[in-house]
Amino acid sequence: MIDSLVWLLLLPLAWATLAFVLGPGRGAWLAIAGLAAQFALAVDLARIVAAGGVAAHVVGGWGAPLGIDLAADGLSAAMLLLTQGVALPLAIHARAYFKAGDPAGVWFWPLLGFLLAGLNALFVSADLFNLYVTLELVGLAAVGLVAAGGGTQQVAAALRYLFATLLGSGAYLLGVALLYGAYGTVSSATLLPLVTAEAPRLVWIAAGLMVTGLLLKTALFPFHFWLPPAHGGAPAPVSALLSALVVKASFYLILRLWLGPLQALLPSFAWLLALLGAAAIFWGSWQAIRAVKVKRLIAYSTVAQLGYLFLIFPLLPAPGALQAGVMQVFAHGLAKAGMFAAAGVMIKATGQDTVAGLAGAVERLPVTFFAFGLAGMTLMGLPPSSGFLAKWQIIDAALAQGHWVIAVVALAGGLLAAVYVFRVLRQAFLQAPVPDTATAVPRTLEWTAFALAAASVLLGLRGVELMQLVMV
Amino acid sequence: MSMQELLPLAVLFSSLVPGLAIFALPESWIGVRTTLNLFGAFAKLGLVFLLLAGVAAGDEFGLRYAVLPGLDLAFKVDALGMLFITLSAILWLFTTLYAIGYLEGAPHRSRFFGFFSLCVTATMGIAMAANLFTFFVFYELLTLSTFPLVVHRGTDKAMRGGTIYLAYTLVGGTALLTGIVWLHHLLGHSEFAHGGIAAALGGDSAGQLKIIFLLLIAGVGVKAALVPLHGWLPQAMVAPAPVSALLHAVAVVKAGAFGIVRIVYEVYGIEFAQSLNLLLPLAVVAAVTIVWGSFRALFQDDLKRRLAFSTVSQVSYIALGVALFGPVGTIGGLVHLVHQGIMKITLFFCAGNYAETLGIHKVSEMDGAGRRMPLTTLAFSIGALGMMGAPLTAGAVSKAWLTDGATAAGMAWAIPVLWASSLLNAAYFLPILWRAWFRPAPAAWPEEHIPRRGWRETAWLLLLPPLVTAAATLAAAAWADASLSPLAWARLIAAREYLGLETP
Repeated sequence: MIDSLVWLLLLPLAWATLAFVLGPGRGAWLAIAGLAAQFALAVDLARIVAAGGVAAHVVGGWGAPLGIDLAADGLSAAMLLLTQGVALPLAIHARAYFKAGDPAGVWFWPLLGFLLAGLNALFVSADLFNLYVTLELVGLAAVGLVAAGGGTQQVAAALRYLFATLLGSGAYLLGVALLYGAYGTVSSATLLPLVTAEAPRLVWIAAGLMVTGLLLKTALFPFHFWLPPAHGGAPAPVSALLSALVVKASFYLILRLWLGPLQALLPSFAWLLALLGAAAIFWGSWQAIRAVKVKRLIAYSTVAQLGYLFLIFPLLPAPGALQAGVMQVFAHGLAKAGMFAAAGVMIKATGQDTVAGLAGAVERLPVTFFAFGLAGMTLMGLPPSSGFLAKWQIIDAALAQGHWVIAVVALAGGLLAAVYVFRVLRQAFLQAPVPDTATAVPRTLEWTAFALAAASVLLGLRGVELMQLVMV
Repeated sequence: MSMQELLPLAVLFSSLVPGLAIFALPESWIGVRTTLNLFGAFAKLGLVFLLLAGVAAGDEFGLRYAVLPGLDLAFKVDALGMLFITLSAILWLFTTLYAIGYLEGAPHRSRFFGFFSLCVTATMGIAMAANLFTFFVFYELLTLSTFPLVVHRGTDKAMRGGTIYLAYTLVGGTALLTGIVWLHHLLGHSEFAHGGIAAALGGDSAGQLKIIFLLLIAGVGVKAALVPLHGWLPQAMVAPAPVSALLHAVAVVKAGAFGIVRIVYEVYGIEFAQSLNLLLPLAVVAAVTIVWGSFRALFQDDLKRRLAFSTVSQVSYIALGVALFGPVGTIGGLVHLVHQGIMKITLFFCAGNYAETLGIHKVSEMDGAGRRMPLTTLAFSIGALGMMGAPLTAGAVSKAWLTDGATAAGMAWAIPVLWASSLLNAAYFLPILWRAWFRPAPAAWPEEHIPRRGWRETAWLLLLPPLVTAAATLAAAAWADASLSPLAWARLIAAREYLGLETP
């Protein structure tokens, strides 16, 4: 019998190591095969979880509190599914993108493997220290991917990213240490009954440190300063991975703490987070509307879209809010991966990286712009797309609890998104001569971007299974 | 899956599948593209006739499935939906034929016809939506799929028109969504039902229901071009003529008007809406739109712009009919949904013919056009006379029922509004006809693209559609009492919507 849970951690480690051994620029097919297997495992795990509740594995037979427990409930299974589902098409995309000795792609494959191993481990870890380890693994692999481009700007962005991510995980670790000092355990399950609202001040400080560290890693406004240069400067497949998955990992962790060990403390910060989320939506959208470069625009759109995720915190007492959050994670993950991939194609094909440089490009890249449009639909929250379902659920949950302010913010955010999405599309539809810098691009690049964007829309036609899975 | 579920799906797919296939076609595969287009259009028409027969016999068609727990994408085919479906399916066929002729040799035709098919799919979805959620899904899909058509020419002017169109419709869509989620939250569902669903909430939520009504009507009012939400329509006339036909007759403004009908009759219920005092404000807005649109049309020299303002005015006849409390007004409004469609599409086809054949874009260039293009001008004249409500045209039937409806509802103030509109219509259409028929032609046309060949004043694909729709304008009046005429169908709908009342 294959234990899907364990293999989801071992497989990426295995192919990452192999790719490293194979040498620079090698290992693409290995990664794609590995990811295909991982995707099948994630689907299998989701099915098991949906049918039988929580799946768990005790590493080496040592149970908590001594050993390491791995457990997957509906939320974990959903995140695993999204991670493999986004990474697989992106790997196929990256293989075509990094072809022919692109220096940026030299260490892409091993780093991708370690990143995925870290993410997968993060989603199934059940103790706070273990989570720290996975968080560091994800952060370091991600910094490596950004820096791999090698340009001055990219290294500078990577360095800034490195400081942010280390500061974030450092704050988290400090919080975990304080908790350990207070209660003598780092297991989520053991902490749950111990941490109450009457906890000593030190525990409150610990919770504050942990959440602040994670907010820094999630790039919630005003901690977003590192994100646009890192996501905007990295090679497109890397930007896609970072925006779609990596920032969601730390968000997932906040959600876990909120619903798990720190549930007695964190709800006091609910409105603060929602306020920052609203600010992120407005500030991110505004910067995206003003951005000159395409990838900067998309990176700021990520800042805005992450804001939606934090609108759900005041609503979490209602079950619909968690569903809305997960739907938004899926919507943004698929759409943003598709959009960054599409932007990479546009930049490769036109030889220019500004929005103005896209004039008339729809003629040469119809599939890519269709992909951009579909992803844009999801980001704007227009039906039929998963982004629309997420928006609907957020507004519905907000009205159900009388917090109409949140509904207004969500609706306004959709309109702002329309401004920056159509800024790009408008430019593309203009009649313009073909620039000298234009080159042909492989079809694989276009269609993988399209597949991701289309998935973000199709999920909007059938979200029942996902929602049921989340509620397990 | 039973026939009752399969038919509505087939209606959607008969344009969706050809549309998606057309996107994938290389530009040069003209034969395949045309075949796919026409196959889709004829298949849809066949399916629609099957449905029509079924609905007339009282069969129930529909299907639903859950998108989220407690939220269904649901379709139903009822008499009211069929009115819109049939109109769109028939006009789609002629618009497709016209577009094939119009765009001959133009670039990006695969893209054009792909989005064109998506538009019609969205329209069918709007007509068959069984709840507000589904309605909204297709309503926004319509917005998105028309944008590439409006900006099809890729000029700066087209972009400006397209951007204004988006700005209006997306903001309107947001208002609509707000209203829908709010109502959904209050009721727990948003299903359309004869007699309405909002009455179940009773008078306690009257205040909220009034705000929701405002949001919903503002949302659909943007597409229906109610004043002051009409600003996008004259701007969007930069689009190619087949797109204008689509916007003004087949899909967009009709979707807005149809939305008003659904919301008033099947969400609020006409009697409950009356008890909340919602109908009079709606009637006043419609009346203002009718007069203002006609008034503005007077001053437009650009032919398509004049027609656009005329649409602003004419579509509100439907809203006015809906807002007149009583079955007679309802019938007048519903029948005008169809009549306005066939008349306005005729006018836009003709405007396109003048532009494509002779390069005429302005009213002031129309001198003598009737002698050069007698058939087109004949069709244009029939359409224009219909708009004025001249006897023997479809417009006369609409106007008669609306006038009677106003009297029956005790809203006699609406009658002078209708008369004033007719006078203004005459004031802006008759000079065009006079110029075309009686003024001498200039020495040279602005830009003659298509030379006359024998009796054919222009390409036959451009000529045929307006002639057919002009004939339909006359036929709708001559056979108004026939069993499947638009009027007969509107009476059937009124009989089903006014559950307790005697209908004529």
